[in-house]
Amino acid sequence: MQACEAAKYNMADYWNIVPGMENALKECFSRAAEAEVTLEFVIPEKDFNNAGKGSSEVKNLLKRLGVDSEVLRRIAVASYEAEINVAAHSIGGKMTSLIYDDMIHIKFEDSGPGIGDIAQAMVPGYSTADDLVREFGFGAGLGLPNIQRNSDALHISSEAGEPTLVEFLIFFA
Amino acid sequence: MTLREIIALLDAEVLNAEADIDCNVPCAFASDLISDILMCTKEPTLLLTGLTNNQVVRLSDMIDLIAIIFVRGKRPLQDVIEMAEERGLPIITTKMTLYRSSGLLFNAGLRSCKI
Repeated sequence: MQACEAAKYNMADYWNIVPGMENALKECFSRAAEAEVTLEFVIPEKDFNNAGKGSSEVKNLLKRLGVDSEVLRRIAVASYEAEINVAAHSIGGKMTSLIYDDMIHIKFEDSGPGIGDIAQAMVPGYSTADDLVREFGFGAGLGLPNIQRNSDALHISSEAGEPTLVEFLIFFA
Repeated sequence: MTLREIIALLDAEVLNAEADIDCNVPCAFASDLISDILMCTKEPTLLLTGLTNNQVVRLSDMIDLIAIIFVRGKRPLQDVIEMAEERGLPIITTKMTLYRSSGLLFNAGLRSCKI
C-alpha cells in the first residue's frame, strides 16, 4: 500500500487548501491508501454534445456509494466546470477521477495552449470564451471560481503555450 | 407552491406530457448563463432560462433541478426534450419574458434559491 496519489506533493506548496481543511488533508495524506476506483474520460475539443458526460458518470457512481447530496452537487459542479474548460479552451485533454473511502481526487490534463495569467482567470466574470462557446451559454467567467468555491483543495499549473493541469480534492463529509 | 400552480400563473405549456407537475417547488433561480446556474449547489431548485441547448438539461445531472421553464416562447429541439424525458425532468415553455416570469413568481411567494 502506498499513500494516496495526492499526498506525493509538499502539501502547503502544492495545494491551495480551503482554510479549516488543513488537518483533514494532513490526516488523509498520512494514511496509506490506494484509490478504490479510477475512472478516465477523454475530453475532445469543442465537443459540446458530449462534454459533461464524464462528470455525470462520476456523480452517478458516487450517488450509488451513498455520498451526501450537497457534497455530490459540489463535486459535480467543480468537475463539470473543469470538463467544460478543457472542451472550450484547449485542443483536447482527459479527466481522471480517483475515488477513495472518504474523498475524491479529480485531475484534468489538456494538451494546451495554456493559461497566460492564472490570477486573472480566477477573477469572477473574466472570460476568454469565443462566440461558439458563448452561444451555448458558457463564458460567464465563473469556471475557475466555481471550481474553487466547491473544492477543499485545488492545484492549477499552466503557462501560455503549455498544457494545463487542474486538479482538486473534495471530502465526502 | 406546486409546479402545476406555477404553470397556470405563467400561462405555460408542458413539453413532456408524462412529467409529474404536482411536485412541490420551494425556490427558483433565473439565468441565461450556465456557470451562473451552477451556483445552485445548496438545494434543489426550479430554473427559468432562455437557454435551450442540451447542456441546460445536462446541468440537471450536476445540480438538482426540479423543472426547467423556457422563457420568451423558446422551445428546445426534440433531442433535448428526449434527454429531459430520460431524466424525468419536467420542461415547460412560457411566452413571458424572464423578468416578468420571475416577478410574477416572486410576488406569488416563491423565494430565491440559496447560493
